[in-house]
Amino acid sequence: METDRKDGRTPNQLRPLKCSRNILHRAHGSASWSQGETKVLAAVYGPKAGTKKNEDPEKACIEVIWKPKTGQIGKAEKECEMIMKKTIQSICLLTINPNTTTSVIVQVVNDDGALLPCAINAACAALVDAGIPLKHLAVAICCCVAEDGSVVLDPTKLEEQQMRGFAYLVFPNSALSALPEGSSLVNGEPLEHGIITSVTHGVMSVDEYLKCVDRGRAACAKLSSFLRNSLQKSQFPSDMSSKAA
Amino acid sequence: MGLLDSSGDLSAEMEVDAFRRLFPLRYYERHLAESIRPDGRPLGRARDTTVALGAVSSADGSALAKIGSTTMLAAIKMEVMTPSAESPDEGCIAIEFHMPPICSPIVRPGRPAEAAVVVSKQLSDTILSSGMIDLKELALVSGKAAWMAYLDIYCLDADGALFDAALLSAVAAFSHLQIPVVSVNDKGKIVAFTEEGDGRKLEKEAVNKEKIKLTLGSIPFSLTCALHKKYILADPTSEEESIMETLVTVVMDSSDRLVSFYKPGGPALAYTSLVTDCVALTRHRMKELEKILDEAFSGMEVD
Repeated sequence: METDRKDGRTPNQLRPLKCSRNILHRAHGSASWSQGETKVLAAVYGPKAGTKKNEDPEKACIEVIWKPKTGQIGKAEKECEMIMKKTIQSICLLTINPNTTTSVIVQVVNDDGALLPCAINAACAALVDAGIPLKHLAVAICCCVAEDGSVVLDPTKLEEQQMRGFAYLVFPNSALSALPEGSSLVNGEPLEHGIITSVTHGVMSVDEYLKCVDRGRAACAKLSSFLRNSLQKSQFPSDMSSKAA
Repeated sequence: MGLLDSSGDLSAEMEVDAFRRLFPLRYYERHLAESIRPDGRPLGRARDTTVALGAVSSADGSALAKIGSTTMLAAIKMEVMTPSAESPDEGCIAIEFHMPPICSPIVRPGRPAEAAVVVSKQLSDTILSSGMIDLKELALVSGKAAWMAYLDIYCLDADGALFDAALLSAVAAFSHLQIPVVSVNDKGKIVAFTEEGDGRKLEKEAVNKEKIKLTLGSIPFSLTCALHKKYILADPTSEEESIMETLVTVVMDSSDRLVSFYKPGGPALAYTSLVTDCVALTRHRMKELEKILDEAFSGMEVD
C-alpha cells in the first residue's frame, strides 16, 4: 500500500476540493469545481422548448457541449460528451419537463488529471444551481491502479499517465433520509453503492477493478458530503481541504 | 405466444404486434418474467456469430463478422510512414469506425452518426491498451520507416452490440493480416516490392523476405449486456438497446484480464453482484468467440 506520491498525499487522499456556484449571471445555473489544479466550469441553460432530432419528445432532452481548454473538439471530447449526457440523463427526472432541452456547457479551465469526474461533479452542481429536477446527485471519482496493484485515488495528470490503468466511477450521493436504516437497500446494498457510470482505461484484473470500486465508494461518501455542504451554503464560494480516510 | 391469457390487461384484447409497439417495455417484461426473450433466446445467450476472413481481396487483411444480423466489415491497409521521433522503433495503428446511412434508420445521410465517433474511440482504446499488437513488430528501419496500419470498419447492419461486432471483426482482420513485401528503390525510398523491380532488399531481411503475419498477444473479447431491473440480457438487439437504456460493455482478454468495464450512465445501477455476473457472462462468451475464431482460421488454412 506504500505508494509514494509526488505531492506527498496518501493513496486515499483527494486533492483539495473547491466548489462555487452561481458564478455566471447570464446562465440559468452555473458552477465551477476544482480538484487541485484541475478546474472545470459548467453552465446550464434550460429547460428550453422543443427537443432535438431523434430524441423522445415525451421526455426532457439533455444536451452536453464540451469545450476543451484549447482547440477543436476531437474524438476523446465527443466521447466525454456522450458519457456525460448519459450520466446526467440517468440522474434527472426527465418526465417532469417533457419536450424540452436542457443544455449543459462544460468549459475545461485546466486539466491536471481526473478531468471527466471533475466535469461530472461541476455539471451536477450547476444542475442543482439551475433548479433542474434531479433524482439524486452524482459524485464522480477517478481511481488508478499502480504497477504493484495498489489503488490510488484522484490522480494528477502525471500519475494518470504512469499508472497501469485507471477507472472513472460515478455513484449516487449518499442520501439523508428519514426512513429507517436498511429500508432503501437494493439487493442488500445501499443505493449509493450502485455504479451509474464506469469508464476504464488500461488493463487490470477483475479483483483490482472491484478494489477500485470499493475505494471509490468510500471516497464518494466524502465527496458527496462536501457537495451537499457546499450546496447548502447558498451561493458563497466554499472550499475545503478534503482528507478522505 | 402463450403470454396473452392474463386478464385485466389490454394485452388480452390486442394483437401481439400492436401490443409490442404500444407497450414495448411491458411486452419485454412479460417475456423476461418467463426467462426468455422475444427472439427465443434465454437471457444470457448471445446471438449466432460468424466470422469470415479475407472478405476484401484488395486489402492486406480483412474480415466480415456477424453477430445475429449486426454485420461489420473490417479491412486493413498497410502503408509505410516515417515513425515519430519519440518512438523510432514503433509502427502505428489508425482505427476508424464508419456508420454509413444504409446501416440503420437512425443514421441520416450527410451527418456522421454520433455513435460512430464513440465506438471508434473505444475501439482504439481497447486495441491499443490490450497490447494485442506489439507496435515494435510494425517497425521496418529504425527511425526511418515503419508500418502504418489503417484499420477501417464499416457497419453494414446496425442491430445492437455494435462494439462487440466491431471488435470481433477488428481482431479477425488483424489475425488475417499479412504484411506486404517492400524494398528500397534507388532514391532510398521504400516501395512495394515487385518481381520486375531490381531494388535491393532492406537490411531487415526477416521483414522483407516474405509476407509475414503479426503475432497477436492476448486477444480482447467483449460482451455487451443490457440491464433492466434484476435482469441481465446478453448481446442485446437494437430494439432491446433502445428499450432497456442501460448498457454495460465488458472487455476481457485471453489472459483473463479486464481491459474495459464500460457503463455510460443509464437508469439501472451496477452493484457488485451485477459486476461479477457480467464478468462471468463475458468469460463464457470469450470461450465461444475463441472457438469461432479458431474455426474461421482452420477454414482458411484448408483453402
